[in-house]
Amino acid sequence: MVLEKAVLAVVTTNEKKIKGGAPVFICDNQKEMDSIAKNLEAILDGIAHAISEEIYIIVKHF
Amino acid sequence: MNEYTLPIFYGVFVGVLARLFMLKTDYRQYPTYLHGKIIHIALGFIAAGLGTIAVPAIMEKEFTAITFLTLAASQFREVRNMERNTLSELDQYELVPRGSTYIEGIAIAFESRNYLVIFTSLFVTLAYLIFGFWMALVMTVVCFIISKVLMSGGTLKDIVDIQYVKPHFDGAGLYVDDIYIMNIGIPEKRELVLKYGMGFILTPKSFDARTTIANIGQRQAILHDVSTALGVNRDAGEPSLVPLAKRDLEDGRVGVFVLPQKHDLDIAIRVISNVPTLENAIRMPTESKANRKGEKKRWF
Repeated sequence: MVLEKAVLAVVTTNEKKIKGGAPVFICDNQKEMDSIAKNLEAILDGIAHAISEEIYIIVKHF
Repeated sequence: MNEYTLPIFYGVFVGVLARLFMLKTDYRQYPTYLHGKIIHIALGFIAAGLGTIAVPAIMEKEFTAITFLTLAASQFREVRNMERNTLSELDQYELVPRGSTYIEGIAIAFESRNYLVIFTSLFVTLAYLIFGFWMALVMTVVCFIISKVLMSGGTLKDIVDIQYVKPHFDGAGLYVDDIYIMNIGIPEKRELVLKYGMGFILTPKSFDARTTIANIGQRQAILHDVSTALGVNRDAGEPSLVPLAKRDLEDGRVGVFVLPQKHDLDIAIRVISNVPTLENAIRMPTESKANRKGEKKRWF
């Protein structure tokens, strides 16, 4: 099977909603979340998708 | 000099001329380089030679000469492979790739144009030998017209209506009209996307067209052509700035989202209109027997 997408990281302000799997980055506020997501996006060559107001996932689209 | 010399020279000359006529560098940027052109002119020369020689050979009752044409066929199939391999290799380094369907279309065009050269040379030499120079000249014009007709396929404007729509966001979702394109999380990136992005809605004119533009290769060809003609605001390591084309499942419309460097609406619409309908993407569901009502033949 060829992997087409992978969740590389999760960025959140609400740690209760996340468990296991990809690395999780816990932030204090929206501003910090935006800045971390932006950095991760650039470093990992992935796209930051907003799942909800509190959760971003960084996804690599192969 | 014998009776065949002039017809042979004329046949080869017209064949090479036909190849040059069919070798155009346009916005598709291929073949761009002098060396690429030389390869195709040289192969055109070989094709012209093969087509021309076949006629005097048959007139001299050397029927085995026809087997050389099979050699030509395998030779030009190799041309298709060469083009496919080169373009596929290069495609990995394109900011907006052409896609395999488009590449296959280009490769087929290169192969078939060599066959057109063979036929041109063959018929022109035949006309020269049987009817003389003036008839050969008439045949040359006829062959050029046929080549012109055969090499120009259809374009998108024949099968879709194109309309500009400004892209917008609903939450994190990017939309062109009501067609969902992608999810972009970071607000800063959303601003960039709205600043640079342009959206187009392609409405298919028929049921056949609906299936054709649904083809992913066809959609990629649209994105590639627009990005080539108008530039693209994108770089490696910026995956969120990506041109995409998505389909409306309800009615088969396609929403095209592009990030051109030159925001010229007229040119963009003209470029999309002139995107070739790829041979490999064309589908004709209405030609299927099951779809044709009133044509049912029942034998029992």
